[in-house]
Amino acid sequence: MSEDQSTRDLDIKEGGTKYSQLKKGDLLQDRYEIQEIVGMGGMGAVYRARDKNFKAIRLVAIKEMISQVTDPVIRRNIFQIFEREANILATLRHPSIPRIYDYFTIGERAYLVLEFIHGKNLEQLLAETQGFFPEEQVLSWAVELCDVLEYLHSHKPEPIIFRDIKPSNIMNTIQNYIALVDFGIAKVFESGQKNTMVGTQGYSPPDQYRGEATPRVDIYALGATLHHLLTLRDPQLEAPFSFSERVINEINPNVSKEFAAVVERALEYKPEDRYESATEIKEALINVARKTGTLLHLSIPTTPATTRGVSIKPLWTFECEDEIRGAPAYHDGALYVGCYDNNLYALDAATGEFKWKYATDGGIPGKPAVFEGNVYFGSEDTRLHVVSTRSGKVVWTHYTEGPVRSSPRIAEGHVFIGSDDGNLHALNTTSGRLAWKADAGSAVRSTPYVSGDYVYFGSESGDFTCVDFRGNARWRFKAKRAITSSPVIVDSVVYFGSMDSTLYALDANSGWVVWRFRLGKGSISTPAVAGNLLYTGAADHVIYCVDVRSAKEMWRFTTDHQVTGSPILHRDAVFCGSVDGNLYCLDASSGRMRWRFQTDAPITGTPVAHEDVIFIGSTDKRLYTFVA
Amino acid sequence: MKKIFRGLRSKKKKKTTKRANAPTVPLSDAQVWDTLPESGRAAKFTHLISGSALHPGQRRENNEDAVLCLNAAVGSGVESPAFGIYVIADGMGGHRNGEVASETAVRALGSYLIGKLYKPLFGPDPQPTQESLQEIMEAAVQEAHRAVKKEAPGGGCTLTAALVLGNQMVIAHLGDSRAYAIYRDGRMEALTTDHSLVKRLQEMGQLTEEEAAIHPQKSVLYRALGQGEKAPADIFTGSLPNPGFLLICSDGLWGVVAEDDIQRIVSSTASPFLACQHLVEAANAAGGPDNISVVLVRAVS
Repeated sequence: MSEDQSTRDLDIKEGGTKYSQLKKGDLLQDRYEIQEIVGMGGMGAVYRARDKNFKAIRLVAIKEMISQVTDPVIRRNIFQIFEREANILATLRHPSIPRIYDYFTIGERAYLVLEFIHGKNLEQLLAETQGFFPEEQVLSWAVELCDVLEYLHSHKPEPIIFRDIKPSNIMNTIQNYIALVDFGIAKVFESGQKNTMVGTQGYSPPDQYRGEATPRVDIYALGATLHHLLTLRDPQLEAPFSFSERVINEINPNVSKEFAAVVERALEYKPEDRYESATEIKEALINVARKTGTLLHLSIPTTPATTRGVSIKPLWTFECEDEIRGAPAYHDGALYVGCYDNNLYALDAATGEFKWKYATDGGIPGKPAVFEGNVYFGSEDTRLHVVSTRSGKVVWTHYTEGPVRSSPRIAEGHVFIGSDDGNLHALNTTSGRLAWKADAGSAVRSTPYVSGDYVYFGSESGDFTCVDFRGNARWRFKAKRAITSSPVIVDSVVYFGSMDSTLYALDANSGWVVWRFRLGKGSISTPAVAGNLLYTGAADHVIYCVDVRSAKEMWRFTTDHQVTGSPILHRDAVFCGSVDGNLYCLDASSGRMRWRFQTDAPITGTPVAHEDVIFIGSTDKRLYTFVA
Repeated sequence: MKKIFRGLRSKKKKKTTKRANAPTVPLSDAQVWDTLPESGRAAKFTHLISGSALHPGQRRENNEDAVLCLNAAVGSGVESPAFGIYVIADGMGGHRNGEVASETAVRALGSYLIGKLYKPLFGPDPQPTQESLQEIMEAAVQEAHRAVKKEAPGGGCTLTAALVLGNQMVIAHLGDSRAYAIYRDGRMEALTTDHSLVKRLQEMGQLTEEEAAIHPQKSVLYRALGQGEKAPADIFTGSLPNPGFLLICSDGLWGVVAEDDIQRIVSSTASPFLACQHLVEAANAAGGPDNISVVLVRAVS
């Protein structure tokens, strides 16, 4: 963008070292209408503005940087640094980092257009607080800050070191999550000009004064911020590096020793004595939360009312004529969802526009599977239906002797599906010919899982079976009650829940039980596994997170009703519906609620994610889509 | 915080030894590695091969370490899971209690596991147990705990035990013996966390590494078998490193020989038995201040 073009938009009053701020009603780029000044920095103001390109009210934050350097070469350099930083910001995607929408320069001013974060920064909260913050509040902020630091420090190709963690740069939003603001752009800006130290005295570690920018610099500043929040003693008013003289527990005896120890280690004078990484300190903090019992509180939202219907809006919804109890499937720009109005619907995934529907003679409870141009799904009309994704016309169907409530799994040219007739059916995908049936002794509602040369599935009598590709049983396991939950296999271990209130981990090769985890009530939810963590729901209203190595509970989140649907993982979040009607978005590592959306009836299905869009059906007859 | 008690052992400061060329075996090195197939998908294997070694070291007259190393294969192959029990216990408690504690722990744990799994695995009609492997391991640890309290009152020992069944490996851990996974690509990963007070203080930022190394209580464990009401073992499951090794050793090895050297000796020796001998030699060459015990396990497809 050339300066000539952009100066057209605004008449800047030049005047030596003085500059004027934008006023209410000023229009930037013919698009952003200034509403008010929300902050002042050393290099310019921060404004709240409205983006007039949208009819809907969309608020943005506009940061202004004013260069007072007259030398054109230096000035161009400053703008280049600014531009590079803006480009880095453009690649960042994290719930605790404001999104960048635009940047431009006008004369000696540069502007960043950012997501508007509604809330107060921690410096304001520090000024307003009457007494100490509750430990769990600070702990929950700390874990979230570690989460965003972990994200920044693992940025590729270069880690991003924030270098200026302090209360005034941390926003506590009205949804009660943390956002990091002021991405050091001003600092780089300034340092290019005056060669000053980057960071803030009081919060910056000694190594930062030597010009080092390592993750440990941010860890120290995080420690300093937490120390400030716990003790209410402003480090900017104290001698540098004197935290050890202000012992946390002496000032605030309410803080657990464990938490104080983590903060103190983050504040070690020597970088090598501090935590090595944000991940390490995050784990230490989560351990503190687990030990002191605050972890359970962490998952309890403190201001749930504000999220309801306010900030979370579906991108689009689609209404059917009856309940959606199953899960949608995404394939190639289209969404396929079965409904209890007996139809399978094909929708445009981007707009929700109706493409076609296909009528069966029964409710459609499962999740469709798409394979080579056809969509496969079971119906309570006892059939497996195979329909062309393009035309919505039937390709073939297969009759079983009972309602089909299992979902199809496709592998090795075959489709595997269970039926209430007590069999697992294996059919050739092209001919629809039945290859074999495996007798399970009772209804098979669990969706089979195919791994290696074997198929795994549960049944309503509590039998869990591993069969080979000829349908011969390789091993069997018996739970005390029904296994409706669908198995998942990771690293040769098969995980599933049962109505006998147990979550099982079995060796996939032999059926030996590796561990059992006790749930509060029975479960028909299908586990989701990522790394060492497993997520599942149960009838005791709880969404569980369990470590798959030790079978220990990491966190739990309690909804207001049974969790019969299954959680899914998308990036660092867990999405799960509940019979209480909500779709929940939880932080995968802490279980803290990020947001929830209330539908008008129970959610019994499972969401599906595609490119940051979450799709979920509700028994209020609607299919919803959200930005993850 | 768990009951803290003093171990009466002492440890030399951790040294790194430069043991350039560990003597190699006739059938040497990488060539033997290369005969092993690269395992692509979930590896199935029929055999576990293992070695173990136990040495009092150069400064001790008694031996407070104890080892159990057992593996078995039965049946027609693929469908029968390979089975192994590997345990190291490092005793403490003064007089003869240390020796008795570790010996008792290893035997009690081993016989419980074998008794529990003998019929399900080796009986005429093999059937998985109703209890989970983690529950069986937990019960075995408590059994060993009771036995140690009875046979060596006041004594105690570390315990690091691995039960391998097919692809699954269940580890129970108390104290500061260690289990490592050593992968073919040279990665060496500690599977266990030491329950040592000084290490804990260090983790909590109360001590620097320098202070920890000379701390008078550096051999004090905050968890061990034979102490307290119940033995609070870490119990967890993982996959046996394949291709690779499972190494279990006492601090007489890991406290004396640098990890890089351990990794090199293990990876450059095809036979687990010889590798164990070389590891003991390396620890002795570095002064052998403590008893040395080591178990090395490899899965062979």
